[in-house]
Amino acid sequence: MHIHLFDQFQSGSSFLHRLDARVKIVVGLVTILAVTLTPTAAYPAFVLHGCWIMFLMIAARIQVRPVLKRSLIALPFALAAITLIFTVPGEVIWNLPLTHWAISQEGLARFLSVVVRSWLSVLIAILLSTTTQPTDLLWAFHALKMPSMLLGIISFMIRYVFVLSDEGTRMHRARESRSASPMDGKKPKSLLLWRFKVTGWMVGQLFLRSYSRSDRVYQAMASRGYRGELRRLGTPKLETRNLILGAAVVLVAVIISWSA
Amino acid sequence: MPHHAIEIFNLTYDYPDGRRAVNDVTLSVAPGEKVALVGPNGAGKSTLMLHLNGILNPTHGEIVVGGMEVNDRNLGKIRAMVGLVFQDPDDQLFSPTVFDDVAFGPLHMGYEEEQVYQLVESALNSVDMSGYSDRLSHHLSMGEKKRIAIATVLSMDTMLLVLDEPSAGLDPRARRCLIDLMREMPQTMLVATHDMRLVQELIPRTVIMDEGMIVADGDTVDLLANEELLHAHGLERP
Repeated sequence: MHIHLFDQFQSGSSFLHRLDARVKIVVGLVTILAVTLTPTAAYPAFVLHGCWIMFLMIAARIQVRPVLKRSLIALPFALAAITLIFTVPGEVIWNLPLTHWAISQEGLARFLSVVVRSWLSVLIAILLSTTTQPTDLLWAFHALKMPSMLLGIISFMIRYVFVLSDEGTRMHRARESRSASPMDGKKPKSLLLWRFKVTGWMVGQLFLRSYSRSDRVYQAMASRGYRGELRRLGTPKLETRNLILGAAVVLVAVIISWSA
Repeated sequence: MPHHAIEIFNLTYDYPDGRRAVNDVTLSVAPGEKVALVGPNGAGKSTLMLHLNGILNPTHGEIVVGGMEVNDRNLGKIRAMVGLVFQDPDDQLFSPTVFDDVAFGPLHMGYEEEQVYQLVESALNSVDMSGYSDRLSHHLSMGEKKRIAIATVLSMDTMLLVLDEPSAGLDPRARRCLIDLMREMPQTMLVATHDMRLVQELIPRTVIMDEGMIVADGDTVDLLANEELLHAHGLERP
């Protein structure tokens, strides 16, 4: 078990990889906005958006399969919209047996549109993180005036998620090493409850360890001159070429949504 | 009159719960001197070290570093002078990339950007880690992390290095590299360690602490020859 955060990033030298991280973030956000503003049931537009994103992925020469697999993470959240198919009034197409719940044509269209929009948005976000180093995203967000406190939190997360997951792995192994069963072949009693209990302890332990680590990290920061304000180095100049390229990428998505 | 690098007068520190961690410690270290701080776990070595740059404030007593009293007014200058390297490099290296970490000190001391780049480069050079600046800290080996950890304070142009267990967790080759590196460094050094062979090889003066007090202070060769003394304080001859 290991969290492969940086595995999200696939190195490369395509135009998307080389595009200035600041431009890329803005392009990503505007494209997501364009996708979410696509009218309900504008299926041709959804297909066009999908094709455009797919084209960008292929142009960036990234592996599409892992990206698609990762994008499925959005689906459970989109299911929150499932109530729409019952609540939106309209032409009834099917009655749920044994209930008074009716599925309406309009509700179904709304629901499908929500699912597709959120899936496309997640695809765009994943495309952004697949073609940009997390550390580049950090300075880009800084240049885009993201609050320094928030940036600090993200940067600590990038640094410590591995330390934490390694610590979790070690604790898990230590537990597994002692999870033996009796030699006479009998099943130990109430294993499930016991497992829940142990998992609870482990989560608590992990929290306590992180808490005391945060104390030591703070001391290390204070030792090197930290006085409550995180400073960052300046950022490179924005090239016009990057701006034009970014505008072109954004324009496609905007036109698709506009024409729908 | 040349002042000492570190002067500690009757330092006493009680934990918030009232337990006494450091008990009436008086110690002075001359500029350029390398001093080992040895003693069992819980002897108060780390607590003592955290006083040297004002992370902890003494319950009683006074600390003077480079002729300057450690107090809130001098804190910025003191921290620029004293490079404290923590035992666990995962605490010391808290930024995503090596560059960010080595640049953290100079950046927060208010150096200009160009100077920051220069200081980072020369600090990485002096621990033989140039070319590592874009690496991600979590991808480094323990030995590499320890060296980068030292670079993070060298970049602040410190004159005094305070190292907590520098050789802990290193394999023999990484440990050898680190010892060679420490031998080359001109800074005044206070090194807390359990690695008695490192002390014997590298550090001329040894201070033994136990239960918050200094119980012996003298020539490393003499102290390491005194088996009775070492055993009384849970230590072993190298």
